[in-house]
Amino acid sequence: MTAVPTAPTIRTPRTGSRTPGEGRRAALLLSPTFLVLALVILYPLISAFHQSLYSSESGLDAQGFVIEGDVFVGLGNYLEIFAGAESGRFYNALGNTTFFTFTSVALETVIGVAFAVAMNRAFRGRAFLRAAVLVPWAIPTAVSGLLWRWIFQADGIANALSGQQVLWTAEGFASQVAVITAEVWKTAPFIGLLVLAGMQIIPEEVYEAAKLDGAGAWRQFRSITLPLVKPALLVAVLFRLLDALRMFDLPFVLIGPRKSSVETLSILAWDSSNQLQYGAASAFSIVLLVYVAVIAFVFVKLLGADVAGAGEQRRLRRAAAKRGGVR
Amino acid sequence: MTALTASARTTARNRREVLRSVGRWLGIAVIGVYCLAPFYWMLVSSLRRTSDIFDNSLLPTVWSVESYLKVFSGSSNFARALGNSLIVATTTTVLALALGIFAAYAISRLNFRFKSAILAVIIATSMFPGISVVVPLLRLFSDIGWINTYQAMIVPSLSFAIPLAVWNLTTFMKQLPYDLEEAAMIDGATKWQAFRKILLPLAAPGVFTTAILTFIHSWNEFIIALSMVNDPAVQTATVAISKFTGASEFQAPYGEQMAAGVIVTIPLVIVVLIFQRRIVEGLTSGATK
Repeated sequence: MTAVPTAPTIRTPRTGSRTPGEGRRAALLLSPTFLVLALVILYPLISAFHQSLYSSESGLDAQGFVIEGDVFVGLGNYLEIFAGAESGRFYNALGNTTFFTFTSVALETVIGVAFAVAMNRAFRGRAFLRAAVLVPWAIPTAVSGLLWRWIFQADGIANALSGQQVLWTAEGFASQVAVITAEVWKTAPFIGLLVLAGMQIIPEEVYEAAKLDGAGAWRQFRSITLPLVKPALLVAVLFRLLDALRMFDLPFVLIGPRKSSVETLSILAWDSSNQLQYGAASAFSIVLLVYVAVIAFVFVKLLGADVAGAGEQRRLRRAAAKRGGVR
Repeated sequence: MTALTASARTTARNRREVLRSVGRWLGIAVIGVYCLAPFYWMLVSSLRRTSDIFDNSLLPTVWSVESYLKVFSGSSNFARALGNSLIVATTTTVLALALGIFAAYAISRLNFRFKSAILAVIIATSMFPGISVVVPLLRLFSDIGWINTYQAMIVPSLSFAIPLAVWNLTTFMKQLPYDLEEAAMIDGATKWQAFRKILLPLAAPGVFTTAILTFIHSWNEFIIALSMVNDPAVQTATVAISKFTGASEFQAPYGEQMAAGVIVTIPLVIVVLIFQRRIVEGLTSGATK
């Protein structure tokens, strides 16, 4: 059984002592990558943090050029976000982001695992399924937003099929349902693929042993499949969580910007920078970044042992030990 | 062992076989409909006449390419947008691969300190929200006059393309045996020659898969292209589509939107159909190896 590391275990070809030459060569080879990452990640990070401590008193002059006069406000922007006049909008965006993330990832996980089980059983249709599952993944999110906007039109196919008269793409809870539906459609198959890959490395003998002991399909799934794909599933769920937290394209295209029921932190930050409120925009994006980091940290801490595949060996042994007697 | 008689066991097994195969096909059907129905609806809607656009029939009553002709007619400038997407996605992919190959070689073949930490940092950067990159770079690019240029979209796109490329290529190169390179070096080849003449050709399939994944991600990118460009002549296809609006919100040109959506998606679907096995391998190799 291969464990699922969060990073691939690194085995260097030669177990020799490090020579200074190799370190230099590695530094040389890695430097272009790090230069670019410094420009597109590190600089924005520092700049956003710096900018979030300033208030940009920007306006437009007669020619439409931006005038900027940055005033140092310290943590003023953050205070403004958390307790200022506009704080309602921030908490709303934070709530939406959290709600979208956890609801859609939970649904995706359930549907994805179900898909993986079905795909694992399908021998003949496997090529077709693999292609079908990749279609939602490959569609650009912006196009998927447009497509679901069309499906959810007032006189569109969704209302026609369900016999409802719901305004899905206006505001309110219906629009949140629309966003979550479109999100789950696009990403559940992806989780399915990752879980399927985890399933395919489970040795057949484990199932054979369980069958001999009279374990039914459900029991096999619960006691063997689920524990053994858990590492692959956790990696998939972590990726999806972090991805969903920065959701932007889908609500933006499907419902639109400045709609309070679907405004995520990303959209709020984007909108602020569009209004030339760079200080606020930077503060929002820093808050989002911290949120992403906290979720990642908590997730790895809570489930880290399993991500590293420690629980797996134990369960394998237990599954093998079960052959000892029928319950 | 259970003590069932042979005959009882066979009937039970037959019944179970039938049930199982029914379940199997049902599963395939459900997944197929789930994944393809919305896409099919986009395709069908794009082939209706504007006057029939609200029909809910399974096939167009009258087939028409009216919407497609409209998409490419002068006003929407969609051909231009597709060209822009192609330029941005191709350049991003080539740059990410070029840097990624060297980085992945170093990580998979050289001994140096802090290797795991370096790889972890590169992977961590891929979790960076797009907006956190866009807001600061927007100001920087305004200052240096880069707004409405290709590089204003390509450079930020590297923030997700490089981690993706490095991660995938490292995973691939690690799977390749080191013996051949070692043998070549014993025969007097330099490290560079061993890399160029042995590792690169062997890693070609991995490079190719990584190229596909990176290209698809860049092609689908939205927030960067939306923020850095407001000139329709430089806009990429995903942004152009999102701005396809009619005279008012109630007269949105749905047919054109669907046609444009199909045009943007079809190349990706074709690539997915041809290289599905590789793509799935590439998507899952990081999570299961």
